[in-house]
Amino acid sequence: MKTIPDLFLTFAKIGAFTFGGGYAMISLIDSECVEKKKWLTHDEFLDMTAIAEATPGPIAINCATYVGYKQAGIIGAVLATLGVVLPSFAIILLISMFFERFLEYEIVANAFKGIRIAVSMLIIRAGAKMLVKMYKKKEKRAENIIFSAAFFGTMLILNFLGIDFSAIYMILIAGTLGLFFFRKRRESK
Amino acid sequence: MIYLKLFWEFLKIGLFTFGGGYGAIPLIRECVRSNGWLSEEMLSNMLAISESTPGPIMVNTATYIGSSQGGVLGAAVATLGVILPSFVVMILFVVFLKRFLEKPAAAAFMSGVKPCIAGIITATGIYMLLTSTAFFTDLKAAIIFAVLAAVCGAFFAAKKKEISPILLICISAVLGAAVYS
Repeated sequence: MKTIPDLFLTFAKIGAFTFGGGYAMISLIDSECVEKKKWLTHDEFLDMTAIAEATPGPIAINCATYVGYKQAGIIGAVLATLGVVLPSFAIILLISMFFERFLEYEIVANAFKGIRIAVSMLIIRAGAKMLVKMYKKKEKRAENIIFSAAFFGTMLILNFLGIDFSAIYMILIAGTLGLFFFRKRRESK
Repeated sequence: MIYLKLFWEFLKIGLFTFGGGYGAIPLIRECVRSNGWLSEEMLSNMLAISESTPGPIMVNTATYIGSSQGGVLGAAVATLGVILPSFVVMILFVVFLKRFLEKPAAAAFMSGVKPCIAGIITATGIYMLLTSTAFFTDLKAAIIFAVLAAVCGAFFAAKKKEISPILLICISAVLGAAVYS
């Protein structure tokens, strides 16, 4: 069985070379697993990304588990997942041991004051992109606008007042309300 | 027992994050704040590290926070916690639940979750911009913000795609070092 070490190494490579989170990873998984190794057909790949987006957790983990399981069952899933996690685990572990000492240099601390602004901007950009994509869709536009505005406002107010209310509850409330407001009517003709 | 706590907190984060790493940031912020694990500033620093190193943002933050609270073992249990839900759910999907997401109720639930996540990510980003950099009292921060915004706009105009996180972070590091030093 050559597949199992191959799964581990391929996903370790994917884990080591994607910067900036899951979506960047998807294109690398496409080129490695669909085009090079032919582990998935193009249709399976699209199915997989749809499931990965609708299920919880990091998208990269979802994809590694899916491909690994398809190729070699549970062992394949474990090794592919381990492969995708291991490079960043090792790198971050190393950084975390030295980072605070590193921050004692004034120039580094100053650089990070600038970086913090960039990080907030990146987070805002990610959120705003989701909002724009959603508002472009005609279907259920009013519901989408009201939902996003309501949770945006609630989150901002809670943050500024320093009130602890778990975002998990907000997500659960949103999903439950979704059952009432986003349910598709049965096709009736 | 710090290891159990780390595992449990990151298990929750892994279970309730939909649609990629940015969706985890509101949950991570709340987790480190309510446990007193990181200051607001260190959280921002750590997110910058997560974005400029390879790998999923959630795995990177779990490893970092785990390591800062409980060393190598802490990093391992936090990382295990954050990946376990997606691992299990994904296998369940492949084996049993292929058609589950097509059920109207599941689709409606997810349709409600999506705008909520978009809203809370944006709110978290704005809050972090306004507070962790002392935006209103610090003219230098406003200058850096303006320059970065101009760079983003110029990059988009020239290349017709958005600037990568790592490039923006590098530029902001140079700006920070130059403006504050």
